[in-house]
Amino acid sequence: MAEKKSWLPRWFYQLASPRWCYEFMGRLLPWFGVGTLFLLVAGTLWSLVYAPADYQQGNSFRIIYIHVPAAILAQSCYMLMAIAGAIGLIWKMKVADMVAKSCAPIGATIAILALATGAIWGKPTWGAWWVWDARLTSMLVLLFLYLGVIALHSAMESDTTASQATSVLALVGLVNIPIIKYSVDWWNTLHQPATFTLTEKPAMPTEMWLPLLVMVIGFYCFFAVSLMLRVRNEILRRERRASWVRALLDKV
Amino acid sequence: MNQPASNAGVVPAQPGMAGLFWAVMKRDLMLAFRRRSDLLNPLVFFLMVASLFPLGISPEPTFLEQIAPGVVWVGALLATLLSMDSLFRSDFDDGTLEQTLLSPQPLFLVVLAKVLAHWAMTGLPLTLMAPLLGVMLFLPTEGMSGLVLSLLLGTPTLSLVGAIGAALTVGLRKGGVLISLLVLPLYIPVLIFGAGAVQAAVTGLPLGGYLSLLGAMLALGVALAPLAIAAALRISVSG
Repeated sequence: MAEKKSWLPRWFYQLASPRWCYEFMGRLLPWFGVGTLFLLVAGTLWSLVYAPADYQQGNSFRIIYIHVPAAILAQSCYMLMAIAGAIGLIWKMKVADMVAKSCAPIGATIAILALATGAIWGKPTWGAWWVWDARLTSMLVLLFLYLGVIALHSAMESDTTASQATSVLALVGLVNIPIIKYSVDWWNTLHQPATFTLTEKPAMPTEMWLPLLVMVIGFYCFFAVSLMLRVRNEILRRERRASWVRALLDKV
Repeated sequence: MNQPASNAGVVPAQPGMAGLFWAVMKRDLMLAFRRRSDLLNPLVFFLMVASLFPLGISPEPTFLEQIAPGVVWVGALLATLLSMDSLFRSDFDDGTLEQTLLSPQPLFLVVLAKVLAHWAMTGLPLTLMAPLLGVMLFLPTEGMSGLVLSLLLGTPTLSLVGAIGAALTVGLRKGGVLISLLVLPLYIPVLIFGAGAVQAAVTGLPLGGYLSLLGAMLALGVALAPLAIAAALRISVSG
């Protein structure tokens, strides 16, 4: 058979090997761990101690340094889950299924964090814990979607079927992401528009948004660390009959 | 085995796309008519849910008038959801679903026909019954047109989205509650714009925007939901 020239790079195929992924993530983990620790500690100190207080909201605005990274991350995590699910459906990659599965509980937790910090922030500024406006509601829907994915996965016995079914559900739920993103532009709501955009300079002064950026990157690193830990566990669990896992376990 | 040899090379006549669509729809409608109680259950449920609100919250006409659009919409949504589980269940149990998946016909059309038949048996009667519930809940007469039109455009979307949930859970024994968990978050946009349309009709605001959005969701659903349903059915049956 003539060898077909593939348009996909070599590392894409390497990702399909659980063993290669396990070892690769094991090499990445310490770097991301150190990065997370450094960024989160530095970002927290900078944002809580050194950043100036808001001229209207005083110190209560500082919760933005947790709320915004959590909200951004909750959506990115859903995107990653859907993309990994699609890769799993199309190329039947086991590792992609594992990534998709591992994203759901992390994303649900982060979504709860975003909603909770939003509620705590809403009390002093809007005077209410919860307002039924578009952004809050669509964020709540995002949490429900995560919970649906988790429930569907746990209801199915076979790992393969469960992964495929949740991938379909995650892809269907993807319609919610643009709704969350643009809810503040489409509807007049209490919630302020996006803090960060790729194309424009933030409306906040530099000494306020710079620590926020550090926190956002720190949250992403934290997400990477917890995702890699979960995926590595999942690889070990599903590949427990493979000889390399046996050898690894014998060493311990 | 006992087929005559002369038939070996003859390909059986293939029904066209439209023929296939109508055949599936006719079969599903006939099956639904043979089981009349299943047909009535969502309607009775709709009526009962709507009558819980005056009893549970307040029988004041001025108050009911305000909550009527939302209550009728939530009732219709829950009644649709309740009927979703049976969409593929009997076909799955008796093996028809497997045969359908094995057939060379496009699954997209088969699924679309099944969902349309299901809608004709649940969503359409619910829409026709909605004005009665509107009267029971003192919905002003101006709101009736908005109610019927929004339900007419919204309930097919509910059936299409619900069918995704039904297809994903058809292989599971405890599918019923799980469907609600999967599908309710996706129903929220339809509910918001559907109830919004009725509210707009009551206050005399233009309906066009809401109906256009409901129509857009329906168009998106008709084009994309059958793909997801077909994929979900293949996964459920193979697993």
